[in-house]
Amino acid sequence: MGAAPALVLLGLAIAALTLVPLGYVLWTTADLGAGQAADFLWRPRIGELLWNTVRLLVAGVLLSVVVGVAGAWVIERTDLPGRGWWHGLMCAPLAVPAFVNGWGWVSTTHAVQSFPGAVMVVALSYFPLVYLPTVAALRRLDPAVEEVATALGKGPWQVFLRVTLPAISPAVLGGALLVGLHLLAEYGALQLLNYPTLTTAILQQYATVFNGPSATLLALVLVVFCLLLLGLELLLRGRRQRARVGAGASREIPPVRLGRRTPAVLLALVLLTVWSLGVPVAALVRWLVRGTSTGIDLGELAGAGSNTLLFAVLGGLTATAAAVPVVWLAVRHRSWITTAIERSVYTASAMPGIVIALALVTVSIRVVPSLYQTLALLIAGYLILFLPRAVVSVRSTFELVPPGLEEVARSLGCSGPEVARRVTLPLVVPGLAAAASLVALAVSTELTATLLLAPIGTDTLATKFWSDASSVEYGAAAPYALALIVLSVPSTWLLARLSTRSR
Amino acid sequence: MKKHLLRAGLGIAAATLLAPMLAACGSNEPTLVVYNAQHEQLLKEIAPEFTKETGIKVELRNGQDLTLSNQIVQEGKASPADVFLTENSPAMSQVEAAGLFDKLPASLVAPIPAPYRPRSDLWTGFVARSTTLVYNTDQVKPTDLPASILDLAKPAWKGRIAFSPTGADFQAIVAAMIDLKGEAAAKAWLEGLKANGKVYDGNNLVLEAVNSGQVQVGIVYHYYWERDRKENGDVSDHSAQYYFKGGDPGAFVSVSGAGILKSSDMKDEARKFIAFLVGEKGQQILADSYALEYPLNPKVQLEGVQMKFSELQPPNVNVSDLDAKKVVDLMTAVGFL
Repeated sequence: MGAAPALVLLGLAIAALTLVPLGYVLWTTADLGAGQAADFLWRPRIGELLWNTVRLLVAGVLLSVVVGVAGAWVIERTDLPGRGWWHGLMCAPLAVPAFVNGWGWVSTTHAVQSFPGAVMVVALSYFPLVYLPTVAALRRLDPAVEEVATALGKGPWQVFLRVTLPAISPAVLGGALLVGLHLLAEYGALQLLNYPTLTTAILQQYATVFNGPSATLLALVLVVFCLLLLGLELLLRGRRQRARVGAGASREIPPVRLGRRTPAVLLALVLLTVWSLGVPVAALVRWLVRGTSTGIDLGELAGAGSNTLLFAVLGGLTATAAAVPVVWLAVRHRSWITTAIERSVYTASAMPGIVIALALVTVSIRVVPSLYQTLALLIAGYLILFLPRAVVSVRSTFELVPPGLEEVARSLGCSGPEVARRVTLPLVVPGLAAAASLVALAVSTELTATLLLAPIGTDTLATKFWSDASSVEYGAAAPYALALIVLSVPSTWLLARLSTRSR
Repeated sequence: MKKHLLRAGLGIAAATLLAPMLAACGSNEPTLVVYNAQHEQLLKEIAPEFTKETGIKVELRNGQDLTLSNQIVQEGKASPADVFLTENSPAMSQVEAAGLFDKLPASLVAPIPAPYRPRSDLWTGFVARSTTLVYNTDQVKPTDLPASILDLAKPAWKGRIAFSPTGADFQAIVAAMIDLKGEAAAKAWLEGLKANGKVYDGNNLVLEAVNSGQVQVGIVYHYYWERDRKENGDVSDHSAQYYFKGGDPGAFVSVSGAGILKSSDMKDEARKFIAFLVGEKGQQILADSYALEYPLNPKVQLEGVQMKFSELQPPNVNVSDLDAKKVVDLMTAVGFL
């Protein structure tokens, strides 16, 4: 069954747009000779940056996976009191931008301006990206398989390691991939933590030189990292078919009894909450109360707030709409070209927002000047930046829709579009909503690309926070950060709800 | 029923979201576009006053010195910018070298003394900031402070210095160092600093690190500390500022520049804006603002800070001689970039 040519063309167009930044990087890098490039890259400074990036990546992803999976299992599978509340609290760090979290920690203790500190703060910001898909996968899992394993005499640990973990591994891997890509592109938090990586170095290059070649050389190295990460994920994911006919029994599983371990688990969760939410929120409130520059300009706050909301909604809808054909092709019409389309979407996600922004600035000035400094270009930037998130989220939903159902519908006389409308769509709508809110959340806290691409005079809450915070106006910055958090709560809440909704 | 409500709700939400955008697009009045690398809040105080006086609307696009200067160079003739303002002069020199500035009429350059503007008259300075050494008062006695900023490269200062080499501020100091002492001496100084110091990304972080006692002294500009004293003193209550004297490179005064783009289609309005900026009224607004930078028009003085502008003893540097490219090459060679 071949894909409709129109759909493939659409997929190719989306892939082409997402490849613009990579093309820009390669093109400007080519401006340098091989000798000059080698001279620039073969320096102690670059070695230091590489080492910093690699160890942050490995430790940050591992810590996020451990916290995310352990949290998901405890909340989903045990008799822990207040599981619903804990679920909300595990999702909530998504509503605190990493750079706000970073500032919260730095203004509390300077001990975090170190490698362990950087790992801790980024993991506290990003572990929900592992937690959420893991919880969703655990809830959807048919307990019968685990029960069979138990009946066959396996202990709880063995069941978890040999049955549960393999079954939820696509979700965990997807989450880990997202965390890894985030860490590669993280700027604000790491700058505040004074932890230089390839990405902060690229921003420094742009801020000082902007000349392209040397900064884009670093971006090229970053893209290589991204490709390695993607290859690794592809390798671990394998080619196993995971869809099955029949939803399985949607019944309650008898929870694992924690018994005497309950206080210890509760204490761990309390500490995690204090660490990930308590510290940044307390720091913000402290600045809000103490700063004398906190005469809040409500008009400016409202303006930045409505801009943020508008960009978030437009970005979320656009990215999700673009993700659907990409995923549809990759899942239902698997071929080298559709896989290439899906994978090409990811390349941009390992490039910091500023590289994507600069690529769009340069290309639009030279090719389509009328687009320059328009809302459309900004949304295109968000689309390229956050399409990977939408694709991961949409894909995990589509993979669970068995093709058999569609085939049955077709054999019963439904036409192609009708199958999509009546069978596939109702099954994937929760996933699409999750994708849209995930992207909206990301857009509302995006900083670097917004600074360059936003039309003249357009501020968002994130850019206002950053400009105040970076000019020692911490008190003035606090209301924006709080507004940003408040604004992010609904979509975080939506994600939390969707991930645990029973089928 | 529920569906209708939902649709109505979505419609209202969409309308609310779009309203500010449409309102922004609806006005057809010509607006002066200012690419602003100076502190945003400062321009937010000046621009409305300018609009009140002239009726000319101003739109600000905020960014950092070299980000915006490079953006202007990339945009070339297509740049929407009418006016460019920076914190330090090397970014102005870059746009000047690209041939994108329109020459300022004599009346616009006259109010600012000659040392604080280029010989070409393609742009002018409008405020200035002085280099200082901020030190932790619990850890360092004023008598132990060095006579020259060059001394900080000596082994005695190992592990005691904070600075922000990636910022335009520090790079302007390096530019002055190259101009005053030559490239070789500047390189040796930077290498000494690299061996001795701890690097932070931003002067605010330097100030904080010194105030909290992580590092004993830091190279910054005067207003970071002064401003925090006015704000709440959280990152300045355990520190003080030390001014180098006698024309030492460490007493360097960096100039914020203002220029008009050749590609501007509102040059008359842009000239009025510059005239306001360097004129007595605009300079007084600058002096009264939270910014605490030194106005350059001699008729206006900054009050309420540790050092008056006339008390500073800066080295003799002409802004035309500060070369951004040399600085970047040197700092890359030393391994800061």
